[in-house]
Amino acid sequence: MGKTLFDKIWDSHVVDTIEDGPSVLYIDRHLIHEVTSPQAFAGLDKRGIPVFRPEKTVATADHNVPTEDQHLSIKEELSRLQVEKLAANTVKHGITYYGLGSEDQGIVHVIGPEKGITQPGRTMVCGDSHTSTHGAFGALAFGIGTSEVEMVLASQCILQTKPKRMRITVDGQVRKGVTAKDIILYIISQIGTSGGTGHFIEYAGPAITALDMEGRMTVCNMSIESGARGGMIAPDETTYNYLHGTRYAPEGDAFFQKVEQWKKLHTGKDAVFDKEYQFDARDIEPMVTYGTNPGMGVKITGQVPQPEEIPGASRGSYNKALQYMELKPGAPMIGQKVDYVFLGSCTNGRIEDLKAFAHFVKGYKKSGHITAWIVPGSKKVEQQARQEGLEEILREAGFEMRQPGCSACLAMNEDKIPRGKYAISTTNRNFEGRQGPGSRTFLASPLTAAATAITGRITDPGTFHP
Amino acid sequence: MSIPQFTTLNSTAIPLPVENIDTDQIIPARFLKATSREGFGENLFRDWRYNDEGSPNKDFVLNNPAYGGQILLAGKNFGSGSSREHAAWAIIDHGFRVVVSSFFADIFKNNALNNGLLPVQVREAFLQKLMQAVQSDAQTSITVSLEDQTIRFAGGQESFEINAYKKHCLLNGLDDIDYLLKQKDRIEAFEQKQLKT
Repeated sequence: MGKTLFDKIWDSHVVDTIEDGPSVLYIDRHLIHEVTSPQAFAGLDKRGIPVFRPEKTVATADHNVPTEDQHLSIKEELSRLQVEKLAANTVKHGITYYGLGSEDQGIVHVIGPEKGITQPGRTMVCGDSHTSTHGAFGALAFGIGTSEVEMVLASQCILQTKPKRMRITVDGQVRKGVTAKDIILYIISQIGTSGGTGHFIEYAGPAITALDMEGRMTVCNMSIESGARGGMIAPDETTYNYLHGTRYAPEGDAFFQKVEQWKKLHTGKDAVFDKEYQFDARDIEPMVTYGTNPGMGVKITGQVPQPEEIPGASRGSYNKALQYMELKPGAPMIGQKVDYVFLGSCTNGRIEDLKAFAHFVKGYKKSGHITAWIVPGSKKVEQQARQEGLEEILREAGFEMRQPGCSACLAMNEDKIPRGKYAISTTNRNFEGRQGPGSRTFLASPLTAAATAITGRITDPGTFHP
Repeated sequence: MSIPQFTTLNSTAIPLPVENIDTDQIIPARFLKATSREGFGENLFRDWRYNDEGSPNKDFVLNNPAYGGQILLAGKNFGSGSSREHAAWAIIDHGFRVVVSSFFADIFKNNALNNGLLPVQVREAFLQKLMQAVQSDAQTSITVSLEDQTIRFAGGQESFEINAYKKHCLLNGLDDIDYLLKQKDRIEAFEQKQLKT
């Protein structure tokens, strides 16, 4: 019987399996950042052991860095100390570090792919749940806790129980104005925030393969919001073209030899999944969330659901969410007032996201009452946005581009949505207080964020332009 | 190195009947700036536990003097969202040794087990019965036995799953990293094999 893509990569990385227990899984690339690594390095020090394979770990500072004046010392003391700690740990252990001031700095899940660190068939981990992003390249990538970061630093391996396999097929093609973000918000609204728990997802079907790499990353990125350990997409020409010429991809003939190996990375025809879902792309419209978990999403032309539409067991979460969001059942999503617009994050902070946003707002002006934060995912994205004239377009429309980092996605730095204010955000989580204590988040695509930034109210990008 | 051993626990419990409690609620991101594992308990459930101006929220169960104990009872799908191990550290630092729910998010479960915090997954009906018992009598005594893989109280008993390796680690206070360090030869052999393919 044929193997799934997931099984092919997992099985080829098993060093050993403990009876009735987890496998020792070899990790090809390990990404670290300032927030979830200090305790892991402290653990190594306590044991008096080195990093086993320092050349297989790459570090960057992203979670708590400011998005203004990055050339100055970080003002917030605890953030500064955490970033300094990472710098010291990487020097001590001989790990490549892309810190503030480096032309290579950026959000860990943006820089991995753009530098070609992420490659098909690799196992990758990071102390961050959105590590699933790298699955867009046909890599087996998942988020881990700090004890597991320490395992990888100590042994380049992790003890892990093999998840089950799930395939989500999206047939047909989406219509204009519907983006990768809408596809994944739709999927999560259908399977729920724990629908993927215990599973590793493979996304397939024409609507998925039609996406560019940025779109595929957006889809895989939010796999964790369905509870899944990770998500992946089989590599194809789109993948190879993206990787060709990136810094860490093989060069010359070696690249094409590698491509021949990568072509074997797909699910066999008769391979069996533990669970399968099938969706039709034509059912997908621009999506927006109304509640406090990413599963609480509706089509933008829809309304906040009525209590009767919510299964009894979830009624408590629903009531709590509406109270927090101060929204009424039946209220239309279109027209809801918004105070902040945030474009950025490992979900939608890539060059194609900035491009989509900039082209949408070109020739319009930002609504007067909107505060907008446009945060590129990396220095490279920032530079490209400048070179391609996107910054200029944005400036003319009243938007200012900030410097790279995770920023208001989790509000560890100064970029916090104030209490009680509504933000439309291209990020991945609308949890209570996620974007700042008391903040209220509507998750949406860059296009929906752009349309909303112009009108100041939730606006369907599909019907915005005359 | 080691993790705290777990064999049997007799304790009262604190009920938190909310579903989908994500790790951002357990410990908000702004409190993740420490570089040690200690002290996170202070900010456990911070934004539910304190009012905007910083005073304790009297309606939140951790501020109710009637409730105490080393067991946290929580609604379905506990620990979803961010992979932050700080969530497990905060729960442990506050004094809990067990979390009981009808469903756990994967990464949280791993993080808990790696720190000697036992996630006990029970059927929804059992959770509801236990939750009601504790809500009507805060002194309800609960016994969790890892050896037998059971949780019991006056109103019922249920068994729970845990993989044999993790059970062995918890019963003996063993740590995964010590295990992996002993695998060095195999890991190096794997690397040699990988180079050839």
